[in-house]
Amino acid sequence: MGLDDLYREIILDHYSHPRNRGRLAAADITVEGANPLCGDELALFVRLEGGVIAEVRFEGRGCSISQASASMMTEEVRGKTLAQARESVAAFKAMMRGEASPFDDTDLAALQGVRKFPVRVKCATLAWVALDQGIEEFQQGRTAARATTEVPE
Amino acid sequence: MIPERVREDFPLLQLRVHGKPLVYLDSAATSQKPRVVLEALARYYSEYNANVHRGIYLLAELATQRYEEARARVARFINAPRPEEVVFTRGTTEAINLVAYTWGRATIRSGDEILLTEMEHHSNMVPWQILAAEKGARLRYLPFDGQGRLALEELDALLSERTKLVAVTQQSNVLGTINPVAEIARRAHAVGALVLVDGAQSVPHMPVDVQALGCDFLAFSAHKMCGPTGAGALWGRYELLQAMPPFHGGGEMIMLVTLEGATYKDPPHKFEAGTPNIADCIVWATAIDYLEGLGMAAIREHERQLLRYALGQLREVPGVRVFGPEDVEQRGSAIAFDVQGVHPHDVAQVLDQEGIAVRAGHHCAQPLHRRLGLAASTRASLYLYNTPGDIDALTRGLETVRRLFAPRTAVRDR
Repeated sequence: MGLDDLYREIILDHYSHPRNRGRLAAADITVEGANPLCGDELALFVRLEGGVIAEVRFEGRGCSISQASASMMTEEVRGKTLAQARESVAAFKAMMRGEASPFDDTDLAALQGVRKFPVRVKCATLAWVALDQGIEEFQQGRTAARATTEVPE
Repeated sequence: MIPERVREDFPLLQLRVHGKPLVYLDSAATSQKPRVVLEALARYYSEYNANVHRGIYLLAELATQRYEEARARVARFINAPRPEEVVFTRGTTEAINLVAYTWGRATIRSGDEILLTEMEHHSNMVPWQILAAEKGARLRYLPFDGQGRLALEELDALLSERTKLVAVTQQSNVLGTINPVAEIARRAHAVGALVLVDGAQSVPHMPVDVQALGCDFLAFSAHKMCGPTGAGALWGRYELLQAMPPFHGGGEMIMLVTLEGATYKDPPHKFEAGTPNIADCIVWATAIDYLEGLGMAAIREHERQLLRYALGQLREVPGVRVFGPEDVEQRGSAIAFDVQGVHPHDVAQVLDQEGIAVRAGHHCAQPLHRRLGLAASTRASLYLYNTPGDIDALTRGLETVRRLFAPRTAVRDR
């Protein structure tokens, strides 16, 4: 078990150059995620167009794993319906549990190395748990939500 | 300085981690235990394990005697006037909660004020928040300056006849700051407030004398001072303890129970319902013997020299910013720092691969970190068994961190 498994170049690249970082003024879904263990916080903003995710942005502070994972997620779910986005969340969580995933040819595959560092898995899933929570609240008619990695998945 | 061979007293310090010799820099979280303590624990369970204060047989008498001797040992260690002023608890957190739930509930009224500081550990903040919410009392906070020193010039303005309690840490678990507790106690007493001192980080590292401090309560833990986990103490002035209602109800703490009610024992037993943590309290006395064998003044001096070296070395690492006082006379050896552009979890992860154990996170002091403008920090903390070599390993590890997270210029194409 080496650091190279954790800090793949792709991850460090997303960390130093996060994609889709910032706020969205006209967001349809706003959700905050928190990891009580380390105090990390993250906010997600989703704009929809015709039932499809047109734009996702995030802001917050966190470790390289949580920030890189959020950055990759914003790329992964753009253009998807809310149902497809939730499928992606489920697939990502499954990948972090060691199951097969559809992400082998994407940047997300780099996060598989995090599995060898169990304490850090929650860092990787933070943004995804938050997105899932935000979509669920939106579908139930609520627009703002707060997710935490301590909620049972 | 304390000779490097004391490391051999600590079996765990001989471990290798990820193929490297362990460099343990997390003693502010919990200290390692010397062999004499481990052996004393085994001796208790194999030679005189019995419940205390109830058996007539030899072993029960022996266990009771050792348990009460341990209380006297702890009392002597902090120069308490009498052993009955030491209440055994699970640790510092339970000791502070004991005061909040007994003295606090009986004393605090709507409109009263409790003065804390912005550098308190959650365990000396949340119990008072719970109490204040229940009673309609107000919490006030003494701030700290850019070097992590309490703004004492604001103290008198925050104190008034409404102030019923000042609860303050003697040594910050993040900034390392050693607070002038005796001075604070003197000023607090002038307005009639009581003073509780959180000694979790000070009692293990320096001579602490409750009579010299002039405080009313002192809370501290065994596990941060070479003793076992799950044991700690509340020291309180006897007349205060006597006037306080009990904490937990149950066996051991009663004089007489009828269907209608109960009468209680005198302190400290009034506050020790149920079977106490006999083994760990007894073994705590062994840990104190070990520490005093080295000398608390010598331990403080060892840490002060090591701290001076560490602060100098860390200052040489580009991008590293150390929090807390620069003057080693004003601080203890918890060293929280920030590595520019690298999250503390990543710092700690890289150091772990080098065999270096540090803490990353908010260290149970979220308001303090918010004041620093951070969500988290990395903390290296020292104790009697650390050496200059440990500091060198840390600075080398931080160079590795910086190399790995060096700014990247090219955005990779997909």
